[in-house]
Amino acid sequence: MDELIFFINRVLISGTVLGSIYALGAIGVTLIFGILRFAHFAHGDMMTMGAFIAFVLATALAAMGIILPLPMAFVVMPVAMVLTAFIALGIDKGFYAPLRARGAKPVTLLIASIGVTLMIQGLIRLIFGSGTKSVFVAGESKDIFRFDMSWAGGSRPINITEPQLIMFVVTALIVVALHFFLTRSRLGKAMRAMADNADLAQVSGINTALVVRVTWVIAGSLACVAGTMLALDVALMPDLAFNIVLPIFAAAIVGGLGHAYGAIVGGFLIAFAETLAVFNWTAVLRPLNAVLPDGMALPANLALVPTEYKLTVAFVILVITLLVRPTGIFKGASS
Amino acid sequence: MSAASAPLAQGWNSPLRRGLLLFAAMFIIVVVVGMVQGTASILLILTQATGFALIALGLNIQWGYGGLFNFAIMGFLMVGGASTVFLSYPVNMAFWESDGPMMLGRALIAFLVGVVLVLAARRVDRIGITGKWRATIVALAWFAGYIIYRTQIDPAAAYIESTAGFVGGLGLHPVLGWLFGGLVSAVIAFYIGKISLGLRTDYLAIATIGISEILRALIKNMDWLTRGTMTVSPMPWPTPLPQQLQATGMSIPDSFMYARLMFLGIAVLFLVVAFVLVQRAYGGPWGRMMRAIRDNHISAGSMGKDVTGRQLELFIFGSILMGIGGAILATFTQIFDPSGYQPINHTFMIWVMVIVGGAGNNWGVVLGAFLIYIVWVISDPLAQMIFLNLSQLTSSLGWGAIPEIDSRALQMRVFVLGVVITIALRYAPKGLIPEVVKRG
Repeated sequence: MDELIFFINRVLISGTVLGSIYALGAIGVTLIFGILRFAHFAHGDMMTMGAFIAFVLATALAAMGIILPLPMAFVVMPVAMVLTAFIALGIDKGFYAPLRARGAKPVTLLIASIGVTLMIQGLIRLIFGSGTKSVFVAGESKDIFRFDMSWAGGSRPINITEPQLIMFVVTALIVVALHFFLTRSRLGKAMRAMADNADLAQVSGINTALVVRVTWVIAGSLACVAGTMLALDVALMPDLAFNIVLPIFAAAIVGGLGHAYGAIVGGFLIAFAETLAVFNWTAVLRPLNAVLPDGMALPANLALVPTEYKLTVAFVILVITLLVRPTGIFKGASS
Repeated sequence: MSAASAPLAQGWNSPLRRGLLLFAAMFIIVVVVGMVQGTASILLILTQATGFALIALGLNIQWGYGGLFNFAIMGFLMVGGASTVFLSYPVNMAFWESDGPMMLGRALIAFLVGVVLVLAARRVDRIGITGKWRATIVALAWFAGYIIYRTQIDPAAAYIESTAGFVGGLGLHPVLGWLFGGLVSAVIAFYIGKISLGLRTDYLAIATIGISEILRALIKNMDWLTRGTMTVSPMPWPTPLPQQLQATGMSIPDSFMYARLMFLGIAVLFLVVAFVLVQRAYGGPWGRMMRAIRDNHISAGSMGKDVTGRQLELFIFGSILMGIGGAILATFTQIFDPSGYQPINHTFMIWVMVIVGGAGNNWGVVLGAFLIYIVWVISDPLAQMIFLNLSQLTSSLGWGAIPEIDSRALQMRVFVLGVVITIALRYAPKGLIPEVVKRG
């Protein structure tokens, strides 16, 4: 039983946490690619920016003496989402829209997004310094829920922290909301139509400029959610999301660029592949030692890949996907 | 473009005059920086800028000539650095006298067994196993090969790391190490190109950046080969070190100046040779064919050009220059530190150099490399100055001084780089010295 609990703690929970973050980021990347047809590299830094906005708001709120039972960064998240969405719109207007108007190639936009990455990252480091910060500004503690498993014969509990629990709920809510938006609302349908064929969508009377704006709003606010959640789970630092922007792209590509559901599946797929690859299987298979003959004991470490190579797993999956099925598992918008 | 259609264009629009003016401006900047920061310091900047110019020429071959997107520059620089460590670092006798070489030999055999296994599995269609079954067998063979290799390399790595530290070098001349860096980069580029060049631009960008991260993870964690995060230093120079010059009785400032000057001489020699070769290739039929492929690969293909083969060729040539450049930079700083490589400093900055300088124009790219590197280096002291003044202002206003000025000013460079690239894309998308397109 203890082995199963260990597995749940190490793989199920941390995989779901990572998967939620990858999925939320990948939805933004994939929507932008579907509508605007370029790989938006600055998405990771938009996540970091969202986290820092939440951090500033939470600090301000805490300074006013408002203390709530929930983490402050989570409480201020709706406001931070709106702000990040506005900044995302501003970035588009200032940097991408002029290039699009000139008829620049997608590659030029990609390079421009790298410029935006550098600027956001430089600004964040300039303002906040390059150290690590805690988002628990009001001194609230990171509650850990321990589910006692003694009823099932386990000696250790299942551990889950408060931010993780919040993250599961929020991600589930967002995914459901996104599903209804894309399938039921007029705007969501227009978005899907434009992702399928932009010219046809414009000819049939869809306001493409509005769709572009809505895309940035969704992508920006989801980036803020993902960034804040990540900061709550680990800590806040300027390269918080820059390091995971590649796994996010891997998730979006595995799911098929331009395909929102694919991005969610891809996010969880990449996250679980990473966690399972570095998982030490000996911990689960230890009971086998009793069955195995002497001298054939399991080695102490039976992980598929050493822990240092965790992120590499995502890239290997990415490269294999690109080679074998570049359209992704859900046949995304590739040409 | 107007310069191209009107050869008699005057003033700013004449590419030659524009180039000369810009190079003169850069020369003035170099002299000014040299007067402010001292000769030894500007020689340091110039030597590193020369290395980056070589790398930027490599990217210009790939992106400027052939339109190939390469985000794996950092990976090639690391490969170049690691190769030159292996060839030029002094011999580590502790390793050669231990069981290390034999264990590594066994790991090599295990690796070859894995390769044979995979190759054999790929041929099972000859005995009638096709489709899904063949794919399954190939995947299983990969897995088995990986396990076999891991069973041999893991103990070997642990043994070497615990007894000898790392493999050490071969103690050869650093210049040989640089050429070896180019060679290893070429081999790796061949495989990367084979895998990924068929992809469309966006996908290629993401695939290459992923591969570059894989290379970084490997070099950073293969402690037995590269010493990983424990870093290798001091690397030998091809020219006398300042310390050696001091031993002959030279004063300390002079020794640094002359040592760097000699190193700069060799680096510039490499750059000039590469430049001449690259420039001649551009003007020749080969370069014309490459531009034809870049501008319309479908029509080039229908004229009988081997598009994928040529693109692979370009990718390899460019990567050789990147490997050599990376090796020169690692030798010059005398330390090979895998954690010192960052995508911002070693991939994106090269892109900024090429875009700002003018993709496709070698003069422009060299200008861009020097200009951007100098901007990158002097943003730090400039920002520090601005911050110190601001800090005085805020403290005089009673708001208190700005904390952590040193570490913050350093980050200004990243912001400046971002601003430069966005401005360049918006207002000078073809670069400072654009490619001259001859028509008619």
